[in-house]
Amino acid sequence: MRYLSWLVPTFYILFLLMPIYWLVAMSFKTTNEILGGFSLYPQVWTFDNYAVIFTDPSWYWGYINSIIYVSLNTVVSVGVALPAAYAFSRYRFLGDKHLFFWLLTNRMAPPAVFALPFVQLYYAVELFDTHIGVALAHCLFNVPLAVWILEGFMRGVPRELDETAYIDGYSFPRFFTRIFLPTIRSGVGVAAFFCFMFSWVELLLAKTLTKVAAKPIAAIMTKTASSAGYELGLLAAAGVLTIIPGAIVIYFVRNYIAKGFALGRV
Amino acid sequence: MTLELRQVALEVGGETHIHPTDLRLERGGFNILLGTTRAGKTTLMHLMAGLERPTAGQVWFEGRDVTGISVRRRNVAMVHQQFINYPSLSVFENIASPLRVARMARAEIDARVREAADLLKLTPMLGRRPDELSGGQQQRTAIARALVKDADLVLLDEPLANLDYKLREELREELPRLFEAKGAVVVYATTEPSEALLLAGHTATLHEGRVTGFGPTGALYRAPGDLLTAQVFSEPPINLGRVEKRGGRVALAQDGAALAEWDAPAALSEAADGTYTMGLRPHFVQPANGSGLPEVEGRVLVTELSGSESVAHFELAGQPWVSQAHGIHPFEVGLTARFALETARAFYFDGAGRRVGS
Repeated sequence: MRYLSWLVPTFYILFLLMPIYWLVAMSFKTTNEILGGFSLYPQVWTFDNYAVIFTDPSWYWGYINSIIYVSLNTVVSVGVALPAAYAFSRYRFLGDKHLFFWLLTNRMAPPAVFALPFVQLYYAVELFDTHIGVALAHCLFNVPLAVWILEGFMRGVPRELDETAYIDGYSFPRFFTRIFLPTIRSGVGVAAFFCFMFSWVELLLAKTLTKVAAKPIAAIMTKTASSAGYELGLLAAAGVLTIIPGAIVIYFVRNYIAKGFALGRV
Repeated sequence: MTLELRQVALEVGGETHIHPTDLRLERGGFNILLGTTRAGKTTLMHLMAGLERPTAGQVWFEGRDVTGISVRRRNVAMVHQQFINYPSLSVFENIASPLRVARMARAEIDARVREAADLLKLTPMLGRRPDELSGGQQQRTAIARALVKDADLVLLDEPLANLDYKLREELREELPRLFEAKGAVVVYATTEPSEALLLAGHTATLHEGRVTGFGPTGALYRAPGDLLTAQVFSEPPINLGRVEKRGGRVALAQDGAALAEWDAPAALSEAADGTYTMGLRPHFVQPANGSGLPEVEGRVLVTELSGSESVAHFELAGQPWVSQAHGIHPFEVGLTARFALETARAFYFDGAGRRVGS
């Protein structure tokens, strides 16, 4: 019995990886082969699908747009959340608990609710179809999340650390950047990761608030499916490339995320 | 150097954390703040350091009013009960931190840090990070940081409380020696009366945000000014009993019946007749041995035997009493036992809690 204990996890992992394998396999097949019948692996290997994406600006700009607004959003969200989380973790003020909870309720409405007001507002202030526009819209749900995560990490740092730094002669800005931020850097990593992830996978707002100049890759994928018929191989290749940034980010923060879960805030 | 609190008080949200306090702390020897947790030791230290601003009163240092001056502009060092170091910096950088902020020359920083590390046996650890050290080494790092700074005021807030027994003993011996040469006013907070006695110096007893007594540690222990001071400065807790004084006699009474009677001491015999509270430290309550001392009978509730000492908790006149005796004395829990009271060593407190004769 014991020597079979590897069986269950192996099957489980195979099962989980199945769709990803299928996507990768499809991306190396021709559309004809995909539609022609069932094959476990590409009979005729082709890199044309990837070649199209890397040469056609309407494709690769989708990736560039996505990465620009996602990075902007991550920087803005974490930058705004850091002082907010510090205030929540260190000071007591009127309505602090209510405000903290209210932050979370911002995540309870589906983004679709905000699509209409955002479009109307963005046309008025000329943020429509800009990277910063999408980044700001995503702050709506990412700032509360980042505040929530960072506050958990900051709470874990004893207040005496702040006191010791002031006693040593640190000014607040110097303490915050030299001592405090390095102390909670895993928290910053986890918060940035989640902001990145949620902004990267969010489609509805990103699609609604852009037209050409800031159109995200996910929106381009859906467009191609409708206009150019069934270019399934191309779509699969685009899908594979869309997974990669997330995978890279996960690789870098994998150790911190466990800590984030341990703190009960993720 | 002198740190002086003049009518310093702190109120937070309508709640009094520190009652108006006058204290004059001198350099040389430790100034000990003794009190239970939440007695206000840490808060008082914050006020001394300038981490918190008193809502009333003034803090004077060296004849200068420093009340409103922020902690950054005062030359203060503090060691906390938790081992507080900067987790992202190496031990060397942790110790060097106050000197770096003060923009001291690199060579001088290096020399000072190495000297402090040497004193605290941290030299092999200088390159490590605090979380790679044992608890004792972490606290040594914090102490070294307080040491390199040459602060005018050093605040040690229960620095040994989180250490295990052996390390605590070791560091307790070292601490006075380390700070002696520095010429700073050293304040040391502790919850343990025995620690205060070991460190000597001066002691201020704290109870619920109020300084109840202040004086040379030994003198304060032997002659507390009031009941609260005696209670704070006794471990195991001081035994209390209601006594009736009639003429030259004192009687420990319950429901009108005298449990024990003895001659009033000189201080008490001049006081008016009436009810007093007697305070008798546990080691003046011994198992009865027919020595002629007043004896009482009590039902034993709990006994604790250590290697060379017997502690018995018993009930007397509805009050919990403790006897602490040398040697092993077999007490049976649940049975009554006889105890002799060394009443000559008792304190008597009047209705307001003042010690009679103080």
